This record gives sequence, structure tokens and C-alpha cells, in this order.
Amino acid sequence: MSARRLKDLAGRIGFGLSVFVLVSPAVLVFLWMASLALKNEVDNMAYPPVFVPNPPTLANVTQVFEQNNFLQYTINSVIVSGLATLIAIAVGVPAGYGIAKARAMRFAVLILIARMTPGLSYLIPLFILFQWLGLTGTLWPIVITHLVITAPIVVWVMIGFFESLPHELEEAALVDGCTLWQGFRYIALPLARPGIAVGAVLSFIFSWNNFVFSAVLAGRETRTLPVAIYNVLTFEQVSWGPLAAAALLVTAPVLILTSFVQKEIVAGLTAGGVKGG
Amino acid sequence: MAGASATAAAPSVPVVAGPAAGRGYKRRYWPFALPATIVIVAVIVFPWVFTLYMSAHEWRIGSAREYVGFDNFLRLAADQRFIESIWHTFYFTALAVVLPIIFGTAAAIVFHRKFPFRGVLRATFVMPMMATPVAVALVWTMMFHPQLGVLNYLLTSIGLPPQSWVYSVETVIPTLVLVEVWHWTPLVMLIVLGGLAALPTEPYEAAHIDGANAWHAFRHITLPLVWPFIMVAIIIRTIDALKAFDTIFVITQGGPGTASETINLFLYLQAFAFYNMGYASAVVVVFFAIIVVLSLLLLHTRQRSKWI
Repeated sequence: MSARRLKDLAGRIGFGLSVFVLVSPAVLVFLWMASLALKNEVDNMAYPPVFVPNPPTLANVTQVFEQNNFLQYTINSVIVSGLATLIAIAVGVPAGYGIAKARAMRFAVLILIARMTPGLSYLIPLFILFQWLGLTGTLWPIVITHLVITAPIVVWVMIGFFESLPHELEEAALVDGCTLWQGFRYIALPLARPGIAVGAVLSFIFSWNNFVFSAVLAGRETRTLPVAIYNVLTFEQVSWGPLAAAALLVTAPVLILTSFVQKEIVAGLTAGGVKGG
Repeated sequence: MAGASATAAAPSVPVVAGPAAGRGYKRRYWPFALPATIVIVAVIVFPWVFTLYMSAHEWRIGSAREYVGFDNFLRLAADQRFIESIWHTFYFTALAVVLPIIFGTAAAIVFHRKFPFRGVLRATFVMPMMATPVAVALVWTMMFHPQLGVLNYLLTSIGLPPQSWVYSVETVIPTLVLVEVWHWTPLVMLIVLGGLAALPTEPYEAAHIDGANAWHAFRHITLPLVWPFIMVAIIIRTIDALKAFDTIFVITQGGPGTASETINLFLYLQAFAFYNMGYASAVVVVFFAIIVVLSLLLLHTRQRSKWI
């Protein structure tokens, strides 16, 4: 009996260890990011490395905001990701509905091919187009190119969502003389709110995280956050503390957003295997 | 999105029968997709067509456009730097597909079991996937620092030799793969976990009665049943690894020298450092062809392959 219990215990310890091994890389990188962000410069350059900030300092964070236009870049990022998500929802939700109803799989395949195309390849034609239109130097080119990421995500999530909704209610309404638009507006749309939320959160996150579109299109005043922190690294040679603080500030909103709606996002991601850019 | 290719490529769901299910019925729903179609034509289809047009031209920003036919492609075929970038891409992709698939499947099996704090731990495990790649790449850059980096400190403190990470030609691509594995193993885990959740329980009961051990049950029941999901994960990973850009660009910019210059990095340099728009467009066409051919090959094997 005791041998069996011992084996059971060993199995449980082994399982616990494997969970530990799986989770620790994620935890360690984020903790190290936080550690670098909250230490003073002497400790950041110390060898052997100092692990726990003692005392923790917010000097790096304040330096990021004081020495750079970080507030401006944050506003840019919010405007770009917010607008790109809003437009994607406005056009993508009805489209997802129409495609799901008409089973227009060719349209869906188009979106799949878009998923396979490298983000950079959209940039060459659009870059030239924006120069012709004289839009460079504004946020519009960045918002428009971010639609390359957000529109397919929303359409894809919504196709899956509308396919899983029961059709009976709308069909009954149509029989009662309601138009297709009314059926969508008053019956399907209210039911689709959770799906819209998932689509919106995913497209916002992938737009927020996107680097290459703004890296090419943004000027000094129109940088989004990922581009801003990259430029801080290469051109201004700032020390590690402020850099890690900036990295933390950019990632934190995404991680907080994800942890709030984790279950829904996981459901949306597994349904579509979504990833932007 | 490629994950849904499972549903898109094989629309096996029966169309709702009845008088409503005709072509006219379908057509009535087209207006719903009209605004999205306009957006997608403008930002996705137009660039494709324009890229094809430009690939037949010699065009630097600021100088005149000149029709050159297939010259750009012939130049590419002879461009040693481009050929090398293809090999770098394949090397990176092979590692960045195989490793996340192995770790992700293992993680899915672990997280499929019920244990205390599973929800929180799984959420933690998934976090790298949502983190901003550029921000994380900067932290990795600091960790890879040969003298002051925490990774070399950890290695030496357990008695292993310090590594040169991204600073040597030999280790730069495996090191970049390490970052990629950290980022995208969670996506594989989620896809395979979805497959595990759909497994029936009967075969396991039968196998248990027949005296099969855990390994046999995994090898002969779980793996064959989950294989379609693993294939989907392989296809998604392949596409994403071929397209990888952010982390490579931020951490190495293709260096040292050109040791980690993938097709995407080469493309970026041609287009936005040298402004060779025609030549870069030709790179896009070749790059896209590589992605499509590899995806189709994988889709083909997916339809034929059964885990024996």
C-alpha cells in the first residue's frame, strides 16, 4: 500500500514540477522587466545582477515621461488602435453576419490569404499611395494600414460567432415581415455583443502591439508606442532602467486587458487561431 | 486566422435546407459585406495588384519609373544576399515550428488535467503571446548582454560556459528562435488544448480495461485524435515563423553582419532603407509564393496524413 502511495506522491510532485517549468519562463521575463524598470541605474549595471529592487524607485518611469514625448506617443497609440478597431467593428460585424448567412466561403478564403501575406508587403504600395495623397505626417496612414490587421480579425471572429447563433428567432421575424436589416439590427446584433467584445479586444491588442506599420509611416510626432520605445533604444542610447520602464508601460495595458477577459479571448483565439500582422 | 482554415477549407456543415436556401437567398445578404469589401479591396487587394505591377518596374523613390519585365526577378535569382536570406528564413522557421509544437503539445497535456489554480496558471502561461513583441524584445536584448546580461550570469552560476547569444554568427538564429518559442508556444498550447477538450472518453476506458499504460494510451489514442489540431498549429506556426519580423529587427537588425537577415528583413532594407521599390516588390512576390507553396504543401499533407 505504502509503495503505491509513494508512487502517487512522486507522480504529483513530478506533475507540479512540470507546471512550474512551463510557467516560469513567462513569469521570469516579466519579473525581470519589472525589476529593471524599478531599480536605479547603479543596480541595473551591477554584476552579479541585483534581482530585487531595493529600494524600488519610480525615477525611471518619471524620466520616461519627462525626457521623451511619451504622453504624445501614448495618445497616438490610443487614437490609432481605437479608430482602427472602431472602423473594423463598423464594417466587420455586418460583414461577418452576411458571410455567415450566405456561407460565402470565398470571401473567408480571401481573408485567409490576407493572413498569409507578410505585413511589410502591404506597406510598399500604401506608402507610395500616401505620398501621392499627401497624407504623410498625419495619423491617417497609420490608422488605415492598421485596418489590414483589425478588419480581418473582426470579420473572422464574427463569422464564427454568427454561425454559432441559433437562426430560429430571425427566421420567425422574417416570416413576420421584418426586413433583413431589421433582423440583423434588432435580433442578431444584440445577441452578438459578447462576440463583438472579443473581436474588439483582440483587434485592439494586435493593433496596439504592431510595430512595422508605424515604424515605416510615422514621423516624429506621429509615432505609436512600440516605435517610440524602439527609437529610444537606438537613437538616444538611454540606459536600461528607463528603457525597461517604457517597455513595461507599453505592455502593461495589454496584459491587464487580457487578464480581465482571459476566458473570452482564449475562446476567440482557439476558434480562429487569430494573430495580426 | 489560419486556424479556422479547418472550417474554411472544408465547409462540411450542411447548408440549411428548405425553400430559403437558394442562390437568391444568399445574394440578399451581400449588402452586409459591402463596406468590409470596400475596406479590404482598398487596403489588401489593391496592394497585391500594385505590388505585382511594380515588380515589373525599376523604381527608386524620387526617380522615374521604368518598365523592366522580369529583370527584377532575374536579379534576385543571382543576388547572393537574397539567397542567403532564404536559407536563414528556412533555418529559423524549421526551429521556430518544431520546438513550439513539441513544448506546446506537452503544455496542453499538462493544462488539460484538473489541478489547483489551473485557471490562473494557464492565464500566466498564455501572457507572452499577448505581450507587445517590441517591448519584450528590448528586455531580451538586455538579458542577452554578454557581460552584464542576466542569462550569462545564470549560466555561469550553475557552472555552464557563458554564451555569446545574438553576438555570434553561429548562435544568433537559435537565440532568436528562443524568443520566438517563448512568444508563441502558448498559441500552440491553446489550439491543442481545444483538441484535447473535444476528445471522447470511451477509448480510454476500453484501453484501461485492456491494460494499456499511460504512454500507450497517449501514443495510440490521444495523438491520432489530436493530430488534426496539431497540423493546424503547424500550419499557423509555419506562416508566422516565415513572416517573423519585429523581434529579429529589434534585437539584431539582421546582424551580426547579415547572419540573421531573413527574407522579411532583406525586404525591409530594400524597400525602406534603399528605397528600391520595384526590386522590393519582386521580393514580396517571391516571398508570398514561398509562403503559399509551403502552406499548400502542409495543407496537402494534413489531408493525407494519419498518425499511424
